[in-house]
Amino acid sequence: MFDFLEGYDLLGAFWVTVQLTVYSALGSLIWGTLLAGMKVSPVPLMRGFATAYVNVVRNIPLTVIMVFSSLGLYQTLGIALGADATEDINFRLAVLALAAYTAAFVCEALRSGINTVPVGQAEAARALGLSFTQVLRLIILPQAFRAVVNPLSNVLIALTKNTTVASAIGVVEASYLMKDMIEAEAQLILIALVFAFGFIVLTLPTGLILGWVSKKVAVKR
Amino acid sequence: MSSVLYDAQGPRAKQRNILYTVLFVLCAAAVVWWVYNGLAEKGQLDWIKWKPFFTSPQPWQTYIWPGLQNTLKAAFFALIIALPLGALFGIGRLSDHRWVRMPAGFVVELFRAVPVLILMITANAVYAEYTTIDTDVRPLYAVVTGLVLYNFSVLAEIVRAGIETLPKGQAEAAKALGMRKNQIMLSVLLPQAVTAMLPAIVSQLVVIVKDTALGGAMMTFPELLASVRPMSANYGANTIACFTIIALIYIALNFALTSFASWLERWLRRNKKEKGTAPGGAPETVGTPSLVIDDGHGV
Repeated sequence: MFDFLEGYDLLGAFWVTVQLTVYSALGSLIWGTLLAGMKVSPVPLMRGFATAYVNVVRNIPLTVIMVFSSLGLYQTLGIALGADATEDINFRLAVLALAAYTAAFVCEALRSGINTVPVGQAEAARALGLSFTQVLRLIILPQAFRAVVNPLSNVLIALTKNTTVASAIGVVEASYLMKDMIEAEAQLILIALVFAFGFIVLTLPTGLILGWVSKKVAVKR
Repeated sequence: MSSVLYDAQGPRAKQRNILYTVLFVLCAAAVVWWVYNGLAEKGQLDWIKWKPFFTSPQPWQTYIWPGLQNTLKAAFFALIIALPLGALFGIGRLSDHRWVRMPAGFVVELFRAVPVLILMITANAVYAEYTTIDTDVRPLYAVVTGLVLYNFSVLAEIVRAGIETLPKGQAEAAKALGMRKNQIMLSVLLPQAVTAMLPAIVSQLVVIVKDTALGGAMMTFPELLASVRPMSANYGANTIACFTIIALIYIALNFALTSFASWLERWLRRNKKEKGTAPGGAPETVGTPSLVIDDGHGV
């Protein structure tokens, strides 16, 4: 029944999806945390920049950012991100686009996490003479991160699904392979089910594990 | 402007902030300068590439407006079809009957876990294989089908959350009045939930509008993003100019929708406060829980 799968690198394609997810998750976590830090910082210009960034990026389709990273960054500005082969260039551009887009949502999630930290925590930290970066790094962010494991896991699941957009710039991940297979093979519905199942396998454990983690690390108040 | 995170600034802190501001400006200026140089070198900033957008209505009439119309059309149809389906499945998940609750839950969870693009590609192939829908409108059908299948499952969760967050007393009081289950749902719970859900629904519309762009990039659906290619071919490879204009339109459209959603939310909250809830109703909390469920959506 599943002999139509022969001759296709199904696992390879999903492996690319996983790689895209992991790299852009790391990138967006770092960049999103920096943005959240800027958004609550004492420097007005940085606050303004973070707010503007989030508002702009949240309201642009990921597809536009993705296609722009290829047509604008690579083909016009010549940014190849240190890769030579077209394959690698497209992969890295896709990671860049996904990270830049997802960071806006990470920033928003973290900011809502910062809001859940009781005012007294920051006041006590300031009373001890900690500076802004110390307050944020030692007191606020550790508690905020524990509070936002669940929202962040939802962002991660959405990111996993969003990696399919990378096929718009020719990254051979799951949806790219699926399009190829659907054109060549007859078992349309079966192919669709196989790929749907693949994404469920990727997203379901993420949600379950991180849901468990979020209960484990939540700050009891 | 002060915050709980930092003290009111003294002279030294103010000086330090100025230093940070200057450093930040310098970094930003370096990036902007570098991008500017790169673009200027390629001639992307020449007036001739930007002129068509400002001097003649032609690019707007021939490319942008028809593209925008298709974007809006697909988003509108997707929302209109997904809403009743979402309500149906959302209510289905709250049913007392196991054989209704379980399948509804399964379908909703299934479509929530599958990327929209996979749904669009499948819909397109199914329409091509089993129906006689004209190839001109097939992309529209495929895009709308994909969007409906994904968004009805999200809307079902919004509906469910909306009904579940209503005070329990509402259903109990209706039951005490002798209403049937259908009556309770249709004339007591749903009307209250719908008003509370409105901001979340408008936010979901932003997601739908953004996802239509997938149809342009992957399914030859002639929407706003897809208009970049013929437009830049026609006006001398002005890719950057076209992208800038298109991105600005998306930002303006979605920013208006986002602002409308948060305005709606504030308005509903204020309205509720003025009317006042029943005595001994909801306890005071620091922040009123928002119905825009934190589902990572919009992502």
